[in-house]
Amino acid sequence: MSLSVDIRHSLGAFRLDVQFDAPDGVTVLFGRSGSGKTSVVNAVAGLLTPSQGRIVVADQVLFDSRQGNYVPVHKRRMGYVFQEGRLFPHLTVRQNLLYARRVGGNRSEEGLKRVVDLLGVGALLDRQPGALSGGEAQRVAIGRALLADPVMLLMDEPLAALDGARKAEILPYLERLRTEAGVPILYVSHNVSEVARLATHVVVMEEGRVLQAGPAGALLADPGMVRVMGVRDAGAVLQARVLRHSDDGVTELQFSGGVLCLPEVEAAIGSELRVRILAQDVMLAITRPTGISALNILPVEVLSLRRGDGPGVIVQLRAGNDTLLARITRRSADALGLQTGSACFAVLKSVAVAQTDIGLGLQS
Amino acid sequence: MDFLGPEEWQAVALSLKVAFWATLASLPFGLGLALLLARGRFPGRQVLNGLVHLPLILPPVVTGYLLLLTFGRRGPVGGLLEEWFGIVLAFRWTGAALAAAIMALPLMVRAMRLAIEAVDPKLEQAAATLGASRWKVFATVTLPLIAPGIIAGAVLAFAKAMGEFGATITFVSSIPGQTRTVPSAIYAFLQVPGGEEAAMRLVVVSVTLAMGALLLSEWFARRVARRISGR
Repeated sequence: MSLSVDIRHSLGAFRLDVQFDAPDGVTVLFGRSGSGKTSVVNAVAGLLTPSQGRIVVADQVLFDSRQGNYVPVHKRRMGYVFQEGRLFPHLTVRQNLLYARRVGGNRSEEGLKRVVDLLGVGALLDRQPGALSGGEAQRVAIGRALLADPVMLLMDEPLAALDGARKAEILPYLERLRTEAGVPILYVSHNVSEVARLATHVVVMEEGRVLQAGPAGALLADPGMVRVMGVRDAGAVLQARVLRHSDDGVTELQFSGGVLCLPEVEAAIGSELRVRILAQDVMLAITRPTGISALNILPVEVLSLRRGDGPGVIVQLRAGNDTLLARITRRSADALGLQTGSACFAVLKSVAVAQTDIGLGLQS
Repeated sequence: MDFLGPEEWQAVALSLKVAFWATLASLPFGLGLALLLARGRFPGRQVLNGLVHLPLILPPVVTGYLLLLTFGRRGPVGGLLEEWFGIVLAFRWTGAALAAAIMALPLMVRAMRLAIEAVDPKLEQAAATLGASRWKVFATVTLPLIAPGIIAGAVLAFAKAMGEFGATITFVSSIPGQTRTVPSAIYAFLQVPGGEEAAMRLVVVSVTLAMGALLLSEWFARRVARRISGR
């Protein structure tokens, strides 16, 4: 099951020219606003007809300009979660959730209970959408899309309209969706933290084109992508397993490059987590520093150095089988004499890792 | 009820019948025109809009005369209607209903059009992604959302039809029991000495019905706003 997109389209002066494949899992279309992400999703949903190209999902051709194929929106079975929820105001939450069944788009009869449990919307069923908070409305919208029994979920910045607390409330549901719903997801975002939490595959878009595409881990650890992510948001993602919770409030996690100490993480021992380590939070030292407050001192090897336009250098590091990024000044890099292959130590303050940068890992 | 005399009752009953059929018969046309004007993108949309609104601005006597020319027994449409279907409109209550419907159409279309324009097309897109065909989107999303607007338009049209005078008297005259509606009757009573009292009673009926219809229509319009905002 995968999605294959190859489309060209003009919207006024804006030109869209996009080719990518999205495998199973969560594919994040990442890029600034105005880079054409929503247009791509709309083309997949059938809300926008590209002037040229081809869109195939799970071996079904949805659109092919050369053969004149065009499957209308209501026959595509794309579960679309819009930025603003778009719940039907004249229907209750329950009726919204069952809308697809009512119009005959959904063949399976059960599922309501499963979706209600998955998204925690049981208490909302008899309310009107106008009486829901933004976060609740968005969870209902996700449920409504799921209950249409979609071949794929399309999510267009579903968290963009929510504040930080509401985002943090929904992200765990999206992570559960990724593992439990078994539906591939095409997810639009310009937020690196969401990419780090959710993505299994990333397609980076810029000005209507695909700049780069690949597995999330590799892409986030690519120094070449730092410019696109933004120097302050760039950072590699580690896969780690919870080892133990200490009495002093520190949680220890095992990853391929050693043990990571983080401030109390709410996860059971043994659970797999993804932890984003921001490049600007990582310090480098040639010798193992002593008498320092930072709890994480990891032996690493320099894989590459990449100079930016400014005074900064992005250092790509190997820690076990994982990759880390560190952003330091050129002056520091020169002073330490760092080169490819250098052995050094990466230093990370435990408290530098935000709770929102710790998410559920992929059960592999 | 002794408040109204038999002649006055006849006028009220006829007015109600004329207004009822005028409203009912113009509903599908009104909704179709409102949809076309709110959603359609075609050349001549402004011309159609103008035509629909014309009876609002033209002197009613002009509308009535044009109806007589068109739907009279010797008119191009009236002649065919009689020849093919045996339907005669001129000087019949059906003609009064036609005149009332034409005069009320602008108000009906306006109310419906406002309701349709207030519907967010994004909701209809969402419905389509959930598997609803065009027709089902209309039936399950658009129509329920604009229903109060449709009712408001119909109520307003009914009130207008009850009060129509100029076009009616020009097109179908003022025949007691056939085309003498409340406004025609008031006018007729005022033409004869001693008719003021009867006229006054009909005036009370007119004001009451018009006021009631306006309040009802406003109430429905507010419901449309509430429905669409989802509160």
